[in-house]
Amino acid sequence: MTRPATDTVLAVRDLRTFFHGEGHVVKAVDGVSFDVRRGETLAIVGESGSGKSVACLSALRLVPSPPAFHPSGEVLHGGRDLLVMPEREIERLRGDRLAMIFQDPLSALNPYLTVARQLTEVLEVHRSASPAAARREAISMLERVGIADAAHRIDHHPHQFSGGMRQRVMIAMALLCRPEVLFADEPTTALDVTIQAQILALVAELRRELGMAVVLVTHDLGVVAGAADRVAVMYAGRIVEEGTVEEIFARPLHPYTRGLLASTPQIDMPDRGLLAAIPGLPPDPAHLPVGCPFQPRCDRAVDRCRQASPQMAVFTTSHRVACLEAGEAP
Amino acid sequence: MIGYILRRLRGLVPTTLVIVAASFALVRLAPGSPFTSEKEIPPQIRRQLEARYGFDRPLPEQFLRYVGHLLRGDLGLSTKYPQRSVNEIIADGFPVTLTLAGVALVWALLVGITAGVIGAIRRNTIWDHAAMAAALVGISVPSFVLGPLLVLVVSLRWQLLPPAGWGDWRHVILPGLTLGTLSAAAIARLTRGGMLEVVQSDFIRTARAKGLSERLVVWRHMLRGGLLPVVSYLGPAIAGLLTGSVVVEKIFNLPGIGPYFVDAAFNRDYFLVMGIVLLDALFLLVMNLAVDIVYGLLDPRIRYR
Repeated sequence: MTRPATDTVLAVRDLRTFFHGEGHVVKAVDGVSFDVRRGETLAIVGESGSGKSVACLSALRLVPSPPAFHPSGEVLHGGRDLLVMPEREIERLRGDRLAMIFQDPLSALNPYLTVARQLTEVLEVHRSASPAAARREAISMLERVGIADAAHRIDHHPHQFSGGMRQRVMIAMALLCRPEVLFADEPTTALDVTIQAQILALVAELRRELGMAVVLVTHDLGVVAGAADRVAVMYAGRIVEEGTVEEIFARPLHPYTRGLLASTPQIDMPDRGLLAAIPGLPPDPAHLPVGCPFQPRCDRAVDRCRQASPQMAVFTTSHRVACLEAGEAP
Repeated sequence: MIGYILRRLRGLVPTTLVIVAASFALVRLAPGSPFTSEKEIPPQIRRQLEARYGFDRPLPEQFLRYVGHLLRGDLGLSTKYPQRSVNEIIADGFPVTLTLAGVALVWALLVGITAGVIGAIRRNTIWDHAAMAAALVGISVPSFVLGPLLVLVVSLRWQLLPPAGWGDWRHVILPGLTLGTLSAAAIARLTRGGMLEVVQSDFIRTARAKGLSERLVVWRHMLRGGLLPVVSYLGPAIAGLLTGSVVVEKIFNLPGIGPYFVDAAFNRDYFLVMGIVLLDALFLLVMNLAVDIVYGLLDPRIRYR
């Protein structure tokens, strides 16, 4: 287990999030470790069901427990483990030092309360701000994220905003206390393509301005290439490869990462070329295959892949991969 | 908003007219007349009686005269209690019925919402199971069983509250509990269902992600959405309380409007029956309008046009 580096703001160690299902255990997150460093953007990539969202929600203890439980894991922030601290204390960190934005801003904002109420309560809770001061600050944050006429719009309800504007409201809400880490769980998936770029640009801009780290959860490799410093690829509840964005795109080591990259459309792709697809389906997290979880779909699987689950192997200082066959030329 | 309320109020006029016509027709279609009794009334006296109440005129004329009186706020004369007008009987009885229904409603909301919220927040715990089991009992036990049972235990065994009659606040407790329990049980189940839907919604996760305390999450973010099904149930609930009060007032011998209503129907006391039907109907219509307005205040996505 590596020790967190000094510029690490959040260190996740061997995190497991299991759910009690009907007579079996669903292993949504199965031994995930990663560091989030000050000011960086870490992208967590994977197909739906790979456990990337659950991993982030677990880090903030936002997964209802029961039914979820953590057989192992530490989430270290400021020398303390978020997974075992009292509820009162993690409440103090959430929305203040560690914030989160979600996929669908329409369902993630309370439809019954005005934007003003939903923003000012953050400052009232974490900063003990007076209603007037909280309102002033909320308006200026709304202006900062690009909402015109914020002083007037703040009294509207979420349904009176467009999708892109709602996500801006959501971002403003998360950034009110200037967090050290912003978890962004597929923040652009529910938005129009034209709006996606604007929202990502806004997040990048605010990240630089506030010096916060961003954990960007996405299944979209195009988003990753443009926005991330480092990438962690998740498959079946585990991180199978981790590296800088250059390493992942230029020299993918895990067959799954290669498959993902091959199945992403390229603008300079020869025409009539069919997109490559990874054969098969992601495994059911309640019934994982023996050995490497990717082995049933892997074209390079050998006997030892079916026997033991591969451990993370260090390839370069920044590049790690969990594959027995990695490193050998394809 | 004001325009919406005015439009809705205007809409009450034709509805009320239909109710008046229907109750007039139904009460006249019922066999017998106000003066049918075991004792034969001499034809001459009968004619005099009919002339006094206008029953000797053709039906359409009677109807128009009745509507004319209604417009002046006159509900007519009782045939059973010749010295009293329907207005007087209602003025005597309706406040009692309203008090009873009010106490029952407060009890139903207090107990129902509390039980429902506990059930939803402590889902699948002993608290939840206990609350929902109690709600099931509350829905299943009819008031004519619950009422006498309460009297037996609370009044006769423990001697805590009077078993029947009307006077001070102590007299309204047991009838109120008896009448309100059914609604309390229904409200508990609706609250639990509504809250459970909200508990799982994304914006509750957002509220937690903002670092709000559990208390704030429940009170500010869950309750409003979770109680919407209860608000829509209030219209039917009030109707249920009005009809339920007929039985409960009989059990506890209260001077409300309910027993009059039943007796009036048996006695073919035309004006009294129609008067009470009209009163209950109007009350219900106004309460439904109030419910719609409250619903809109709670859910900003609803717009009034």
